[in-house]
Amino acid sequence: MDKEGCRLMEFISEVVVWFSEDGRWAGSDGILPRTVEHLWLAILPMIIAAALALPIGVWLGHRRTGEFAANAVVNIGRAIPSFGLIILSGVFFLRAGVSLRFWPAVVALVALAIPPIFTNAYAAIVTVPQETVEAARGMGLTEGAILRQVEIPVGSAVILAGVRISFIQVLATVPLAAVLSSGGGLGQYVVRGFAQGVGARAEVFAGALLIALLTLAADWAFSSSERLLLPEGIRRLRPEEIKAAASVS
Amino acid sequence: MTLAQQTMPLFDWSWVGRNLDTIWDRTIEHLRLTGFALVVGLGLSIALAALALRRPRTYEPITAATGIMYTIPSLAVFALVRPWFGIGFVTAEIALVSYTLLILIRNIVAGINGVPPGVREAALGMGYRDGERLRRIEFPLALPVIVAGLRIATVTVIGLVTVTSLLGLGGLGFFILDGIRRSVIFPTGIIVGVVLSVALAAILDLVLLAVGRILTPWTRRDAV
Repeated sequence: MDKEGCRLMEFISEVVVWFSEDGRWAGSDGILPRTVEHLWLAILPMIIAAALALPIGVWLGHRRTGEFAANAVVNIGRAIPSFGLIILSGVFFLRAGVSLRFWPAVVALVALAIPPIFTNAYAAIVTVPQETVEAARGMGLTEGAILRQVEIPVGSAVILAGVRISFIQVLATVPLAAVLSSGGGLGQYVVRGFAQGVGARAEVFAGALLIALLTLAADWAFSSSERLLLPEGIRRLRPEEIKAAASVS
Repeated sequence: MTLAQQTMPLFDWSWVGRNLDTIWDRTIEHLRLTGFALVVGLGLSIALAALALRRPRTYEPITAATGIMYTIPSLAVFALVRPWFGIGFVTAEIALVSYTLLILIRNIVAGINGVPPGVREAALGMGYRDGERLRRIEFPLALPVIVAGLRIATVTVIGLVTVTSLLGLGGLGFFILDGIRRSVIFPTGIIVGVVLSVALAAILDLVLLAVGRILTPWTRRDAV
């Protein structure tokens, strides 16, 4: 075998050894607790962000006002570097004397999660055809009923698409929280390894592999169950019709 | 340490005054990393979009593959690429370019496919050949959508460049990482890094918006 091949084999075996070390899976710094931490650090901010952004986005969409706010939120959300946001959040929490392990990341991730959820919720409702809403109004539905029975179901695919975009973005940002503390889920392996240099190259690579797999798996799980979360009437549409509706955003 | 952190001012203007040179250098580094990623990303995207337009069956696999690249977190891409390309510019650029592809390809294809069929037929009727029609009719009409994609890619890349500080680059991200890694946390550097990064994103976004308007004067005359 040539020299290059030897070095590759050596590297692969280092990574394999890393995966099979004592306590690698269930230990306190193991892959399982780190994965749980990673997911929880993504899911909790998502719940908070959805609770904040969905009602406001849907309501503004129903009122058909607030286009300016929707545009501003999406532009600001995109321009703020998530890395900087997490670290800034850490600085403020540190000044308040709070531990950096959990809450700074949660607050920064909530802020990151809001824009896609909000803009999609707003766009989902605003793009429901005016005639549809007027027909519902003509049939005697109250405003609340129009929202619940017409606008939200028709817009549900777009709303869910926003939640998915947001979730994947948050999940992708969780590892950066490892720069702040010994937390950050699976990101800890990579960030810690980066700081240690070449000696930790197996840990860096293995951590990155785990992060990539977790994110892709979450994306796949979300998109394959998305259909099941849709209201019954919309679910009966053909996939391409749902897709056409969801690509409006 | 806690005491020192509390006495450290949140923002120290005199530090900014003393470090204008470094801040300028890092801003230029930030722009260089961003610009290189966008130029390479745009080139690759045009090639892949051209393939997808000529052979529509390749569109799904191309967007699926670039979609995977887009989904994998930046930190993981840096770490996965590093063993093969080392710490530094190449590793950073591979990751940055991989984030531009999905956005740009989707917008180029959508832009060209969004040209009304009537326009295409008129061009055919006037005797335009394939390549000429693409260059002189379809591409200009698709420009607003393409520029919209370029703006999203630009703003995304500017934010991601800050993460390359973990690879020893980082442009303005250097100040962010340096601020948290000091034994006494240094908020001024972090704030400077974040604020200037947002400012760069806003400025480049506006520049691209303006360039897009100048290149497509007809979109202004009849406001659709």
